[in-house]
Amino acid sequence: MIEWQMPLLGGLLIGLSSSILLWGIGRISGISGIVGTVITTGTKENGWRYAWLAGLVVGAVVFLKTKPELFTHEFNFSTPKLIIAGLLIGFGTRLGSGCTSGHGVCGLARLSLRSFVSVLTFMAAGMVTVYMARIL
Amino acid sequence: MELIIGFISGLIFSIGLIISQMIDPQKLIGFLDILGNWDYSLAFVLGGAVGFNLITFRFIQKRKSLIGKDLCLPTNKAIDNKLLLGSVLFGIGWGLVGVCPGPALVNLVTLKSEIFILMGSILIGMFGFNLFEKKRA
Repeated sequence: MIEWQMPLLGGLLIGLSSSILLWGIGRISGISGIVGTVITTGTKENGWRYAWLAGLVVGAVVFLKTKPELFTHEFNFSTPKLIIAGLLIGFGTRLGSGCTSGHGVCGLARLSLRSFVSVLTFMAAGMVTVYMARIL
Repeated sequence: MELIIGFISGLIFSIGLIISQMIDPQKLIGFLDILGNWDYSLAFVLGGAVGFNLITFRFIQKRKSLIGKDLCLPTNKAIDNKLLLGSVLFGIGWGLVGVCPGPALVNLVTLKSEIFILMGSILIGMFGFNLFEKKRA
């Protein structure tokens, strides 16, 4: 029996979060866009982006302190792998204008064909990569 | 007001990523491993989030935001090489380490050196894209 309750609850919370941001201030919660914008531009418009990132980190710190068992997963990858993956994620999400949150959580719900194509493409690329990594 | 709403949204997003185990790279790699021992539990994360928004966005998109501004929605509809190549590159990186940008940020609080190397490289990749755009312009 696969564990689906917490993933579903977590997913609903992510939906709630992006709905709050869209209804509240009219913005799409796209994480690569938020991060990419704050590191490359310095406008007053970035206030909500910093606040959003602060909320994300505060949530993580609170959970790390109160429920450390949720952070026991391993994160063991070689340094070259981390660097290559990081560069691909950073460059790729900006070139493709979004990641799992912007294209996935928000774009699919807006019924954007562009996001639908992006999600199918990065999922397929991720699946091929995992498969190749396993057989090589 | 913008700041408070932004903060609350980020906070709830963080909780969602943590309790759903999206922040566990092995779990995510298991989700992408459809030809192996496929663990499809994380499909419920995207399903739950998109399902929720499918309902709420219909209501929200007909209105102005609570702070009185028009919604700032993407207008680009082009399915072009940039979209496809960007998505492929992101997907490869995602498959290599099992975290997308949100979970990478959340994992920073574990203070493991690996996550800082990854996040630093993500930021360099984003900067690199900006340089690339400026050169082309």
